[in-house]
Amino acid sequence: MSGATKTHPELSETFNQDEARVDWHDETLWWIRQKRDKSAGSIPEWETLREKASQIKDHVLSELAGYLVSFEENAKANGIIVHWAADALEHNQIVHSILEKHGISQMVKSKSMLTEECHLNEYLEQKGIGVIDSDLGERIVQLAKEPPSHIVLPCIHKKKEEIGDLFHLHLGVPAGTSDPQILTEAARQHLRETFLTRKAALTGVNFAIAETGEFVVCTNEGNADMGAHLADVHIACMGIEKIIPKRKHLGVFLRLLARSATGQPVTTYSSHFKKPRKGQEMHIVLVDNGRTVQMGREDFRASLKCIRCGACMNTCPVYRRSGGHSYHYAISGPIGAILAPNLDREKYADLPFASTLCGSCSNVCPVKIDIHQQLYKWRQVIVKEGYAASSKKLSMKLMTFTLSSPGVYRTAGKAGRWVLKHIPFAVNNQFNPWYKQREMPAVPKESFGEWYKKENQ
Amino acid sequence: MSRDQILAALRQNQPEPVPLPLAIPTDREEVVDLVTKFKTVAEGIGSTIYLPDNLQEIQTTITSIFSKEKRILTTVPELVSPDIPLFQLNEDPHTYADVDVAIFNSSLGVAENSALWLTEDQMGIRVLPFITQHIVILIKISGLVADMHTAYQKIGTADYGFGTFIAGPSKTADIEQSLVLGAHGPRSMTIFMYV
Repeated sequence: MSGATKTHPELSETFNQDEARVDWHDETLWWIRQKRDKSAGSIPEWETLREKASQIKDHVLSELAGYLVSFEENAKANGIIVHWAADALEHNQIVHSILEKHGISQMVKSKSMLTEECHLNEYLEQKGIGVIDSDLGERIVQLAKEPPSHIVLPCIHKKKEEIGDLFHLHLGVPAGTSDPQILTEAARQHLRETFLTRKAALTGVNFAIAETGEFVVCTNEGNADMGAHLADVHIACMGIEKIIPKRKHLGVFLRLLARSATGQPVTTYSSHFKKPRKGQEMHIVLVDNGRTVQMGREDFRASLKCIRCGACMNTCPVYRRSGGHSYHYAISGPIGAILAPNLDREKYADLPFASTLCGSCSNVCPVKIDIHQQLYKWRQVIVKEGYAASSKKLSMKLMTFTLSSPGVYRTAGKAGRWVLKHIPFAVNNQFNPWYKQREMPAVPKESFGEWYKKENQ
Repeated sequence: MSRDQILAALRQNQPEPVPLPLAIPTDREEVVDLVTKFKTVAEGIGSTIYLPDNLQEIQTTITSIFSKEKRILTTVPELVSPDIPLFQLNEDPHTYADVDVAIFNSSLGVAENSALWLTEDQMGIRVLPFITQHIVILIKISGLVADMHTAYQKIGTADYGFGTFIAGPSKTADIEQSLVLGAHGPRSMTIFMYV
């Protein structure tokens, strides 16, 4: 782990200092998880849908090169300009060159996790180009100079009073405003002005259809459409894994996406962009940035099936209690912890350990990614390659020694129970990270083994 | 350059071909009354539904609900009246920034999520369904289908420049998960379902 970046445990510790806020964060996300359950439960064929979605994605990954070629061909025939970017830098350069060609110095952008991954805003700002994020949550974190803490709910960590303060400072709302209705209205007025004055709009892509060369963008706010339909230049950026074979497959994915994300039956807008409007220029940037490498890792390939719904975050007991920023990567939560080490094993060595491996993420995933199993596999890779924190290496060696000998295991168990009972401060101290923000459990009188023996005498 | 590198890397790293599943699930256990289902879902996400008997009733309802609004326009010629002028195309989308009410005709509605399908030719201009303060959509009951699979069967391989499913007024819950209608697009959605 590099010294510059704080690790997940360190960042979680900061988040955990405000206990009331942690509880609130935890409960808010669990409420969204419950809405997801209710919505999924109302579809009798939900599990069949998940299975189909998973199979379609498996198929796409196995023939991705061919599908990308047909997508490109069909998109070009539709009048869209197609670009390919090997990495984040090339992606940023392509976007910049398009803007430069048109002499555009201000752009409006709807939600795109890919551009977060590539740090596009920072890149363009260095080149003197201003970017305004138009999704309300993203605009809020942008004003706060923070990254999004959740891929679907970018400012889920913020209280309405804090948003009121930001809007007072930047948008001139009266001090002390915290009514979501009034704050949203202020953002609407401010962003409407932005939409009406920008010549270029960038959007993300939820699904790109090989068969037709069109791409689909889903929003609730209508911000992607407001930007794209008013601008002279529309740039859509997508990871190469967003391809689906045919239009009819949208039926499967659009049924799953919003229900998994927020419990809504569908997003307010599912917009299908097939051709530029008359007089408009439309670009698509297809980005690799490590995806072809992940494709080659058999154990982690399935992470490329992700449709970015955020369900794994909402359900994750670690995410809910440590907050999205503790993951120090554009995509937080369980799926982010699988994607990040692919790009930089050293910098993100801590992330696969930010999990209880309870498996809840895999159970809610609409495309059936084996998320918790991949987290477990990353841990092995990271330890083997020597990137694990030294405290983890030592404890793992001790654990291996203890678990490989029944005698040592029994003695260790007894000793542990004795310590917890008689000298609790030996574990209830600042050197034990588990004890932070937690109480140690009550001590059982006997081990399971001892109890079992007694019961079966 | 990057194109060929990416494709070459994929061809090398892709797994053995996995077949595409043939059937899309249509084994629904739930038999739905499409109108009731559509109405319930639409009202649940903040839309207002009317079941008028004739076109005249649609006209008078629109005129009375939106009596205070200044710029109303319809892309549905049958609804034109002294109060509801017909949409006129101006290729600069910015000229529609002050539209208060825009009326459209959809030919496809999805009962499971109350989404209505509009294509560019039904919109007049792409920006209109988004930039208007209030949106009104007409849908014939015969245009309703049960779910998204059936919807895409109906869309088939139709050619369009742009098409969108619209389900309700634009909305956000980004501030402490409090639902607010009217994020950037329409503040309200009114749907007329007729025979």
